[in-house]
Amino acid sequence: MRAVAADGVWKYFGDYPALRGASLEVAKGACVALIGRNGAGKTTLLRILASLSKPSKGKIDIAGRIGYLGHGIGVYDDLSAIENLTLFGRLAGVSNPAATAGAALEQVGLSRVKEGLAREFSRGMRQRLAIARAFLHTPELLLLDEPFTSLDDRAVAVLQKLLSDARSRGSTIIMSTHQIREAMELASDVALLERGRMIFAGPRSSEMLLDPGWLYRTYGEIKE
Amino acid sequence: MAALAIAGKDLRTEWRTKESLNASVSFALVILVLFSFAFDLDREELLAISGGLLWLVYAFAGALIVNRSFARELPNDCLDVLIASPAPGWAVFLGKAVACFLLLILVELISLPVFGLFYNIHWAGSIFPLLLVIALATWGITVVGTAFSAVTVNVRLRELMLPVLLYPLLIPLLIGAMEMTTGLLNGNAVLSDIRILLVFDAVFTSLSIYLIDFILVI
Repeated sequence: MRAVAADGVWKYFGDYPALRGASLEVAKGACVALIGRNGAGKTTLLRILASLSKPSKGKIDIAGRIGYLGHGIGVYDDLSAIENLTLFGRLAGVSNPAATAGAALEQVGLSRVKEGLAREFSRGMRQRLAIARAFLHTPELLLLDEPFTSLDDRAVAVLQKLLSDARSRGSTIIMSTHQIREAMELASDVALLERGRMIFAGPRSSEMLLDPGWLYRTYGEIKE
Repeated sequence: MAALAIAGKDLRTEWRTKESLNASVSFALVILVLFSFAFDLDREELLAISGGLLWLVYAFAGALIVNRSFARELPNDCLDVLIASPAPGWAVFLGKAVACFLLLILVELISLPVFGLFYNIHWAGSIFPLLLVIALATWGITVVGTAFSAVTVNVRLRELMLPVLLYPLLIPLLIGAMEMTTGLLNGNAVLSDIRILLVFDAVFTSLSIYLIDFILVI
């Protein structure tokens, strides 16, 4: 059963095509590492999948509720941690948003500072709050844009635990990353974007796990 | 439910920061006080321009309120999270419009007694029809303003762009509100133009709800 289908997706910014006919099919429950160099179109594709941007051409089909973690943390500085998560719980229509928010803060180790304003939190605490926000409504599809970038050790452990729980619940995960070794350990599938084209999409193989550079050497460097 | 959550969030953050409320209240009071010194009008002339003066102040004060509506979502990329959330776009829009409406009503209720005091205009006798006109016209200002706040949210000069887009569209609403307010302040309970406000509110509320997804996701 498919969780995500992107068919021949193009996205222009002015005259520049950030995506050039990228296609991707993701089965329900899969964990896809979306990799590619800077400017390859990873963020653009994730934003289109998250309904934050419309494709210029091509079709998108998404099944289920989305949890999105982008480059910004997506929490309000002038609300407390519990207020932030309760708000997002209400927006997602979860039953008993305050209790769900409290449980989520417990999971990410912020329950002791739940009444503190997000603006007063350290960078690591804000990142954990953002992670709790993205996972709060137990989404069927998680779209994570470089989720491990600049996380401290504790936040990495929290995120890995939540990703593991999400996978065991059957959630589908698509995460863009530059940390290929860590991503390969988590991923069941790999998608490689280069200059807006999807040049590889398939199951993660043992070569990819053993040698993070193998994928780029084998499929990379499009000749124009 | 989602709309109420958004409205509650906007009111709560505004109450804590007072970033648009302070600016809007100060602006309304300063303009009312300055105009009272600037013009040397007799009572008849003053009554003739009273509705126009009041609604010019409200319209400019309203722009300061609605300017922050979607701009408030820019820090930390909160707008992305709102759009990606399961809450429909129309609920996000309505929540923001309701919050702006309540904030602007507060500014208007604070400045109305100041208006009466400085211009020696007695509005208490027609308070209920005046409140009806204020409520309907304020909803029109906030619904159009909130929609244009979404249009200009990613524009670099949004503080300039929003009034340029907003005021031409508000002309029919403001003319209706000004005429009715002038009539009420002169002791004539004229509500003949109320249909203009009702139609304006209904058309622009429906249009904004229909278009908000096209505005936010580009």
